[in-house]
Amino acid sequence: MNFDLTEDQEALRDGIRALCVGRFPMERVRGGFDRPAFAELAETGVFSLRADGFTWSDASIAFQELGRALVPGPLVWSHLAHGVVEGIVTGVERPVDATPTMLEHLVEADTVVVVDARGVSAIPSAAFDGAVELEWPLDPLSPVHRVEVLPEAERIGDAALAAQWKTGGAVLTAAYQVGMAQACVAAATAYSLERRQFDRPIGSFQAVKHILADMAVRAEIARAAADAAAVTLDDPEVGDVARAVSGARLLASEAALKNAKASLQVHGGMGFTWEVDVHLYLKRAWVLNTVFGTPRAHADALAATLTATAG
Amino acid sequence: MDLRYSDADEAFRAELRSWLTRSLAELPAAPSRDDWPARVRYDTEWQGRLFDAGYAGINWPKAYGGRDASPSEQLVFHEETTRAKAPYVGVNFVGTLHAGPTLVAEGSEEQKSAHLPKILRGDEVWCQCFSEPDAGSDLAGLTTRAVRDGDDYVVTGRKTWCSFGHVGEFGELLVRTDPDVPKHRGITWLILPMDLPGIEVRPIETLLGSSEFCEVFLDEVRVPVANRIGDENDGWRVTNVTLSFERGTAFVSEMVDALRLAEELAPAVHDDAERRELAHVIAELDALWSLTKRNVSQAGRTGAPGPGAMMLKLGYSEARDRLGELSMRVLERGIFDVHDELVEERLRTLSLPIAAGTSQIQRNIIGERLLGLPKEQRWA
Repeated sequence: MNFDLTEDQEALRDGIRALCVGRFPMERVRGGFDRPAFAELAETGVFSLRADGFTWSDASIAFQELGRALVPGPLVWSHLAHGVVEGIVTGVERPVDATPTMLEHLVEADTVVVVDARGVSAIPSAAFDGAVELEWPLDPLSPVHRVEVLPEAERIGDAALAAQWKTGGAVLTAAYQVGMAQACVAAATAYSLERRQFDRPIGSFQAVKHILADMAVRAEIARAAADAAAVTLDDPEVGDVARAVSGARLLASEAALKNAKASLQVHGGMGFTWEVDVHLYLKRAWVLNTVFGTPRAHADALAATLTATAG
Repeated sequence: MDLRYSDADEAFRAELRSWLTRSLAELPAAPSRDDWPARVRYDTEWQGRLFDAGYAGINWPKAYGGRDASPSEQLVFHEETTRAKAPYVGVNFVGTLHAGPTLVAEGSEEQKSAHLPKILRGDEVWCQCFSEPDAGSDLAGLTTRAVRDGDDYVVTGRKTWCSFGHVGEFGELLVRTDPDVPKHRGITWLILPMDLPGIEVRPIETLLGSSEFCEVFLDEVRVPVANRIGDENDGWRVTNVTLSFERGTAFVSEMVDALRLAEELAPAVHDDAERRELAHVIAELDALWSLTKRNVSQAGRTGAPGPGAMMLKLGYSEARDRLGELSMRVLERGIFDVHDELVEERLRTLSLPIAAGTSQIQRNIIGERLLGLPKEQRWA
C-alpha cells in the first residue's frame, strides 16, 4: 500500500508535462489537432504506453497532463485502439443498431470505431462521405460532423473488448478532466494575483480566495478518485472497478465543469472573451460530459453497485 | 501507486479482526448519552483494552507505549474498527488525538513519560481549552492572561467550547504571556491540571441537548512553569502542530464511519434523483478515503502529510452535510426521534464546518498557504 506516485511515475508526469509546455503551448493548441501533433504524441508513447508495458495508472498520469494543457484530438480513442487499428482513431458509443448523429474529430481521423453492447466495429473515415461538418461546433477544438446514415462497419472486437474500452475510456477521460480542473485552478490563481482592483490583487479578497480554495479542493479530491480508479482497474482485487470508475467520472466531470465556470467568474469580463482560454476549458468540459458515460449514467452505475452489495 | 495491502498487513488485519470479535462480545452495553460518569468508565475501559492488546496509540512511538504501526497498518486499523462498530474514542478524543500527538512532537521527556502512557491506558482524560468568547476564528486574539510568578504562571481568563471540560483531568491550555507584541508571538501552550484551585467548569448545552462542551473560568490559577510545552511565547507554533492533527487525522475514523452510514442508507433510497445524490456522496467519501491513503503514504515517506491533509476537513464537512440532508429527506416522517442514528448524526455533524476552524477559515488557509494568495487587508 503506497498511494503516492512512484519515482518512475513522477518522472513520467514530469516528462509529459515538459512535452506539453514545450510542444503544445496554447497558441498551438488553439490551432487544433493534426497529423504532426499525433506523430509527436505517438513518439512520446502517449498511445502505446500500455502496449509498452505501462499500467492504466501510468496512462492516467499521462492523460492528466494532456488535460492540463488541453491538448486537442481524439486522444483517448487513439490510445484505446492502439494495436488494434492503425493511425488516428476517433470513435463513438451508441445503443445497438442506432446511428450516431454527432461524431467528433472525423475530420482528423483515419478510422472511426463504433462501440456498442455487441462489440467494436471500424469504419474508414473516407466512407463518411454523406456526413456534414458543423460550421460552429460548441467546442472550437472538437470539430463535429452530423452523421445521418452509418456506413458499413467491420466487426473488429467482441463485447468484452467493447466493455474494456468503455471502462478504460472512462478512466482516461476522468484523468484528462482532472488535468483540466487543475489547469483552471492555476490560471484563475495567477489571474487573481495579477489583476488589481481597489488598489490590491483581487486574490486577496476572501470572496475570490474562497472560490479558488474550493476549486483546489475539488481538483485534489477528483485526482484522488481518478488515481484510485486507475489503480483499481490495474488490480481489480483491491476494490470494485465499477464503483471506483463511476465515482471518479462523477467527481472529475464535476471538477472540470465547476472549475471552468469558477475560473470564468474569477476572470470577470475577460473570462467572457474569445481571447482568454477559459471558455475553451468550459466548452471541453461540457463536451467530455457526453462521452464514455454521462454523469447521470455514472451515478446510476455507482448506485447499482450499492444495490448489488445490499442484496 | 498501489492500493494492495501486503501479506503482513493482511495478517495484522486478521489478528485485529479476531481480537475485535472477542473483545466486543465481552463489552458491556453502551451507557446512555447523558450518563457522564458511565461514559467515562466505558470509554476509558475500552481504551485500556486497546492498550492491553497493543492497539492503543496506533501511530505513536513504541517508547511511549504506542504501536508505531506502518502507514498501511494504520489504515487497516481504521477500516477494521469501523467495520466492527468498535466504540469511538469518546472522552479519549483530546488525549489520544490532539494533546497526545502534540506532546509526542513537542513535549519534554518528563512531560512525555508523565502523560503519554496514562493517556494510552485510559488512565488520564484530557480536555481542550483553546477558544474564548472573543477568540473563535481569531484564535490568536485570545486574552486569557498568564503572569509569571516564581515557578508558576498565574492564569486568569475564560475559555469556551472546551471539549470534555467537565470530565477532563488535564487541559490543553493556550494563554497570553506577552500582551505587548503582535498577537501570534505572545502565546504559550500549558498543561492545565483541572483540579487546581480557581477553576470553574460549566457545561454548555448544545442543540443536541447534550453537553460535550463546557465553559472554563480561570481565576488566578497557579500553573507550574514546568507544565509549559515548548518555549514561552512560542505557543502559536505548537498550537498549529495540535491543529494539524485535529484537522488532518483526528476525524479519519468517523469519515470511514460516514461511508458505512451512507451504504446502509442505500436500501431506503428509492427515488432516482435521490439515488444519484447518494451515489455522488459515496463517490466523495470514497475519494476522501483515497485522499487519506495518499496523505498517510506521504506522511510515511516524508514525515509530513502533503497538501491533501489541509483539504480533508473542508471536503469532509461538505460531503457530510450533503449526506445529512439527504438522510433527512429519505427518512421523511421518520425524522422525529433524536435517538435515531441518522437523525442524531445529522444534528451532531452541524458542528463539522465550525469546529477546529470554520470552513471559511479553512478556505483562507488553503488560499494563503497552498495557493500563495495574499492576506486580506485588515481593518485599521
